[in-house]
Amino acid sequence: MSEKVLMKGNEAIAEAAIRAGCRHYFGYPITPQTELAAYMAKRMPKIGGCFLQAESEVAAINMVYGVSSTGKRVMTSSSSPGVSLKQEGISYIAGADLPALIVNVQRGGPGLGGIQPSQSDYFQATKGGGHGDYHLIVLTPASVQEMADMTALAFDLADKYRMPSMLLADGTMGQMMEPVLLPEEHINAVEKPWAVTGTGMKREHNIINSLYLVPEELEKKNIERFERYKLIEETEARYEAFMMEDAEYCIVAFGIAARISKNAVVALRQMGIKAGLIRPITVWPFPKKAIADAADKVKAFVSVELSMGQMIEDIKLASGCRKPVALCNRVGGMIPSPEEVIECVKNMQGGNN
Amino acid sequence: MTTQILIAGFGGQGVLFAGKFLAYKALIEGKQLSWLPSYGPEMRGGTANCSVIISDDPVGSPIVSKPDILMAMNLPSLDKYEDAVVPGGTVFVDSTLIERKVKRTDINVVYIPSTKLAKDLNAPTLANMVMVGKLFKECKEIGMDNVEQALHKVISARKANLFDVNLSAIQCGFNYSE
Repeated sequence: MSEKVLMKGNEAIAEAAIRAGCRHYFGYPITPQTELAAYMAKRMPKIGGCFLQAESEVAAINMVYGVSSTGKRVMTSSSSPGVSLKQEGISYIAGADLPALIVNVQRGGPGLGGIQPSQSDYFQATKGGGHGDYHLIVLTPASVQEMADMTALAFDLADKYRMPSMLLADGTMGQMMEPVLLPEEHINAVEKPWAVTGTGMKREHNIINSLYLVPEELEKKNIERFERYKLIEETEARYEAFMMEDAEYCIVAFGIAARISKNAVVALRQMGIKAGLIRPITVWPFPKKAIADAADKVKAFVSVELSMGQMIEDIKLASGCRKPVALCNRVGGMIPSPEEVIECVKNMQGGNN
Repeated sequence: MTTQILIAGFGGQGVLFAGKFLAYKALIEGKQLSWLPSYGPEMRGGTANCSVIISDDPVGSPIVSKPDILMAMNLPSLDKYEDAVVPGGTVFVDSTLIERKVKRTDINVVYIPSTKLAKDLNAPTLANMVMVGKLFKECKEIGMDNVEQALHKVISARKANLFDVNLSAIQCGFNYSE
């Protein structure tokens, strides 16, 4: 029987990845995710795995592409500026229909920005990020326990749908320590008949590639991929609803913003204001149905984000703009306080939107 | 019951370590908790702080903006956070390094010359643990239980020789009276 241990979020991801059978990690250090790479550097050599600090983020993601082609579980991690550098490789991995895990422990941007927490890579994570039509499955942990649990889930989903998945965390999630019950060793052995593992002179060559020079073929590939995405949107959208049963004001927030919003919901309820929270656990696929259903019942939405307002667009789309949606945000590494969220909900109540 | 603790001082005073120790103690006691450090360039010689929340219920936001307990280990920390303490909360002041008195009158104030006491113990880097000992004395909801167990968790095997001196520092703070 395992017991709870105290770990930083970054370390919990690393240990959970190892327990999920990941033996290949490629990365390049950057605050605030460096503990993840450091943990891998320490552990991987002891268990016959590979930790490699690449010469750059671009190199690291292409190493991920290579190992993924062989069917092995593989990951990389970085923070915002580093994840921008990886976008070309991520597009190739998506274009070659390969599973891989990319972790983004976000910091303030754009550019080099700062090193404090942020959620301003939402568009990049959910709308593509690199070139071409593609998506990642994007999970948004809101506790150290979820950092661990969602790592295993992200590997499983990536294998299941043959596409890259992403953990979209932020500086606080990476740096904070909480008790965590580490997942058991689980190596979900998915058959990977497409993997490049040597033919043994017994089968045709497997070819991993994202180049299709015949437009008819490339169109067909894209359409097939989007049929898969449609299925994922229908079946894999995850969210948590908190005090939503009779809510009149629906806060929508993920990650650290959801933690703060929960405090705000509890405080608002004590003031007699019926607030609730929908916490998207996947931001792609976005929990559209939960938002659409809420739009039938609530008076207004409040999107709480550590960005200038990115997820708010998905809330407006999913709710069909049937109800007002306000934005409560801080950026640049600043974090909204529960009081700021409360104030925003009260403003909506007063009709100041 | 939820206790929000903010520990603040210079980088190198063991602010994060003291917080980690409190976190492990809470873990052993089956409490819910979070530990969130300030991170980044300010840790190198500048101000460092860490938020520790200990609760019977799941912890919401891990950021302590209105502490029930403030451990001020230098003047800039007291200046910065004095006003944030909730009315009726408690401030611990390292009176070796902080000459001024606390201005607020609606909070409990505990002055303890942690840095001097630690020096007298021949453990000049353990002012943090002296202050933690005092905190155990004054804040009954946290108390002195499970201290040795928590110390074993927070002191790595490599540094096991530092166990006794940490324990002495905690006891020194616990037994201190003005």
